[in-house]
Amino acid sequence: MVEARGVRKSFGHVEVLKGIDLSVAPREVMCIVGPSGSGKSTFLRCINHLERIDAGRLSVNGHLVGYREKGGRLHELHDAEVAAQRREIGMVFQRFNLFPHMTALENVVEAPVQVKGVSKAEARERGAALLERVGLADRMHNYPNQLSGGQQQRVAIARALAMEPMLMLFDEPTSALDPELVGEVLDVMRGLAADGMTMVVVTHEMGFAREVGDTLVFMDDGAVVEDGDPRQVLTDPQHERTRAFLSKVL
Amino acid sequence: MSVDSSTTPAPPEQIRAVPVRHPGRWIAAAVIAVLAAMFVHMLVTNPVFQWDFMLDNMFSDAVLRGARTTLIMTILAMAIGILLGILLAVMRLSANPVVAGAAWVYIWFFRAIPRIVLLFFVASLGALYARYEFGFPFDQQLMDLLGFQADWRLFGFDGNEIFKGFIAGLIGLALSEGAYMAEIVRAGIQSVDPGQAEAAHALGMSRGRTMRRIVLPQAMRVIIPPTGNETIAMLKDTALLIAVPVTTELNFQLRAIGSRTFQVIPMAVASIIWYLALASLLMIGQYFLERRFSRGFGNRETRQQREARRARDVGSTH
Repeated sequence: MVEARGVRKSFGHVEVLKGIDLSVAPREVMCIVGPSGSGKSTFLRCINHLERIDAGRLSVNGHLVGYREKGGRLHELHDAEVAAQRREIGMVFQRFNLFPHMTALENVVEAPVQVKGVSKAEARERGAALLERVGLADRMHNYPNQLSGGQQQRVAIARALAMEPMLMLFDEPTSALDPELVGEVLDVMRGLAADGMTMVVVTHEMGFAREVGDTLVFMDDGAVVEDGDPRQVLTDPQHERTRAFLSKVL
Repeated sequence: MSVDSSTTPAPPEQIRAVPVRHPGRWIAAAVIAVLAAMFVHMLVTNPVFQWDFMLDNMFSDAVLRGARTTLIMTILAMAIGILLGILLAVMRLSANPVVAGAAWVYIWFFRAIPRIVLLFFVASLGALYARYEFGFPFDQQLMDLLGFQADWRLFGFDGNEIFKGFIAGLIGLALSEGAYMAEIVRAGIQSVDPGQAEAAHALGMSRGRTMRRIVLPQAMRVIIPPTGNETIAMLKDTALLIAVPVTTELNFQLRAIGSRTFQVIPMAVASIIWYLALASLLMIGQYFLERRFSRGFGNRETRQQREARRARDVGSTH
C-alpha cells in the first residue's frame, strides 16, 4: 500500500529524513515510535504530500505521491491531482484541527459534499452513522468547543472516514489528550484495525502498538533504526538506541 | 484540636462585612452631573439653537433624499470595497510574485491618496479622455504597423457622462476602501490556524474551496469588527462627495438649508443628529453579523441542541 525507498527531506540545512525505506501492506497496522525530532511525524506528512520529499521514491497504492514519472523525469502534480490523491488517504492530527465554525456533523459532512459531490441528505445519513460508530450519536449538533478532547478526536476520525479512505494516517492522535481520555480514542482505532483498515500510526502508546500493531518501527535522528514484530521489538530490542529509548518510556 | 466525625459540623456563618467605601465614585458622579446639567441648560436657554426651526427642516423631502443617497452610497461603496479587499488580500497572499506585487502596489497607492483628492481626480477623468473604449490592447498601433486603417473596439462610453455625480463618487470611495479592506482581510486570513487549511487539504479539498469554506468563514470573526469601523468611517466620508460634486448627499442638503436661511447652527446640529442616528443603525447590523460568525466560539446553544435537550427532558419525565 505504502512504499518508501530512500526518502529524504530537509528543512533548510537540517536533514530530518535521511533515507527512509519502509513498506506497509494492505490491512497492515504500522506503528512508528521514537524520540521527538526523530522525523516520524514528518515522514507521515510526506505520505499525503503535506510535505514534499527531496529525494527517493514514495508511492501509495502504486502511484508516486505528488509526482508523475514520464520519460525518465519526475513532473510535479497539479494541485487538483494532489487533492485527488489525498482523497484516498485519511489523516488524523495531534491537535484535532476540527473546523470550529461547524458542528460535529457538519465537520463530517463537509468533505463528502464539497469534494465528492455526495448529496447532502446521503452525506448526513452516512455522517450520523459514522458519529454513532465512534460513540458520539448524541453529540452530533455540538460545536467542537463544546466537546472534550477525546470527543473532538473521535469526530476527527469520523471526518477522515467519511471520505472512505483506503489508508489512515494518525499523527500522535492521543498526545494532546488528558490521560483519562486516551482510552476512548484508542478504542475507536482498535475497532478500525479490526475492520481491516490499513493504518500508519505515529504514537507514544506502547501498549496500543503491542496489542494492535502488526509492525513496530523505531525511528531516531531521521532514520529507521529497527523494525519488526511489536512484541519482539518491545521485549527484545536489537539496537542500543532502541533499548535506551524503550527504557525511558516503558 | 480534634474533629468529631460522628456529628456533621454546623455550616459556617454567612459573612456580613462592612463594604469598602468608594468616595471617589460619588465625587466623580457629582462633577459629571453638574457638567451635564450645565450642558442641558445651555441647550435649552440659548436661543441660537432654534429647536423648532431645526425639527421643521431636518426632515424635508430634500434632506430625506440626501439621507437615502448617503446610506445607499455607504452600502454600495462598502460592498464593492469588501469584494475588492478579499480579492486583493488573496492576491497578496498568493505564491505568484507578480500577482502579490500588483496587490501590494494597489494597496500602497490607494492608502496614500486622501479620499477627497481621489474624488477630485475621478471627477476630472472626463478631461483625460473624452471617450473610454475597451477592446484589443494597442489595436490602432498594431493596425498601423500592419498598414491597415481599423481598430478592434468592443464597447465604450463617454467619459464626461460616467465620471460625474454618484458613479464617480462610488468609484472613488470603493477603490479607496478596497485598499483598507485588503489589509483587514489579510489580517483575518492570517489569524486562522494553519492546521485548519492543512486538515482541509488532507481531506482532498482544493485551495480555493479551502479558502471559501474553511478559512474565510473563520477569518470573518476577526474581519467584522474593523469592517464595522470602516463602514462608519465610510458613512462620514460620504460628506466628501462635495468634491465630485454630488449635491444630493445628506450633509450638503442640511447645510444648504442652513446657509439659505442663515440658521447655520440648527442645521449643523441636525447634521450631527442625522449621522448619529445612521451610525447607530449600522452598529445594530454589525451586532447581528458578529453573532452570526461567532458560531462555535461562544457557549450559545444552537437550535438543534435546544431541540435535542428538550426531547431528552421530555423523554426523562415519562
